[in-house]
Amino acid sequence: MNNIMILIIGMMIVTYIPRLLPFIIMSDNEIKPNLKKFLEYIPYTALGALIIPGVFSATPELPQASLVGIGFCVIYAWYKGGIIIPVIGSIIVTFITLLLN
Amino acid sequence: MKRERIKYSYSNGFIDGLPIVIGFVPIAMTFGILAKTCSISLLEGILFSVLVFAGASQFIALNLLMVGAGIGEIIVTTLLVNMRHMLMSASLASRLTKDMKKWSPLIAFGITDETFSVSSFKHGTLTKEYMLSLEFIAYLSWVGGAALGYIVGGILPDIVKASMGVALYAMFAAILIPEVKKSNKALILACLSGVTNTVCKYILIIPQGWSIVISIVLVSLLGVYLFREQEVKEYE
Repeated sequence: MNNIMILIIGMMIVTYIPRLLPFIIMSDNEIKPNLKKFLEYIPYTALGALIIPGVFSATPELPQASLVGIGFCVIYAWYKGGIIIPVIGSIIVTFITLLLN
Repeated sequence: MKRERIKYSYSNGFIDGLPIVIGFVPIAMTFGILAKTCSISLLEGILFSVLVFAGASQFIALNLLMVGAGIGEIIVTTLLVNMRHMLMSASLASRLTKDMKKWSPLIAFGITDETFSVSSFKHGTLTKEYMLSLEFIAYLSWVGGAALGYIVGGILPDIVKASMGVALYAMFAAILIPEVKKSNKALILACLSGVTNTVCKYILIIPQGWSIVISIVLVSLLGVYLFREQEVKEYE
């Protein structure tokens, strides 16, 4: 087995264990109300950290382009909802902005 | 939080996975192209995506390989970068229904920032059909994109690829917006977490992987403290 294969298998193990462990630990235990709250808030806090600050450098050569695209997405999602159209729309808006510059 | 009794099927998972596919394909192709330039074989390049299935850490691994880092160093870095998935898995595991338990080793494998974000905001009962189909289509686009990138190279013009780079951010934003409309709580938690992440990353210069974990843990804890009275009122 060469070095790259050892690396891949090592990475697989350290990637899979953090994903799997909570399912094993938590499946049989009763969850206390405060812990349950904490876990319920994770989707919101995870999204916040996934979006900010990364979104400001999504198109590094012209940061405004991605911000215009995301701006479209936010406004569309706010009034009309959905995910597919905001996503495709933001790509198109970003593309046009990049094209014009 | 009220959970309606909606049962999601395979097709719901596939449809909800489409924005992930749009976001994943160009990134996965970039990974395939980079893997080739790192003189990794086609099989190894594909196995990377098949076995590891973690975007950020795969790119970090290539970078570290290029600067001549050791295998141990790359593995430790990968572990740090993926610690956030432990929090996400814990959050999802708390919503696990009986019928999903048997499948949890497979469901756990498919947890990424994107599949987690899509599924955790799904109201109603999460089913194994939904989770597995959502994760499967994301996985397929990640592996397929990497293979395509390796074999055919840069068929997407740079400007198209750059535009598609906003797809995942747009998806995250589109998921968050309806929640923000429903309650201030979502907006406060997400903004605080984004600010904490920015401070950790750029001001405290905390290594990659930790800043997002710190943001999630700190702000979620803060949320438990901040919203404790509000919750009591909601039940009255």
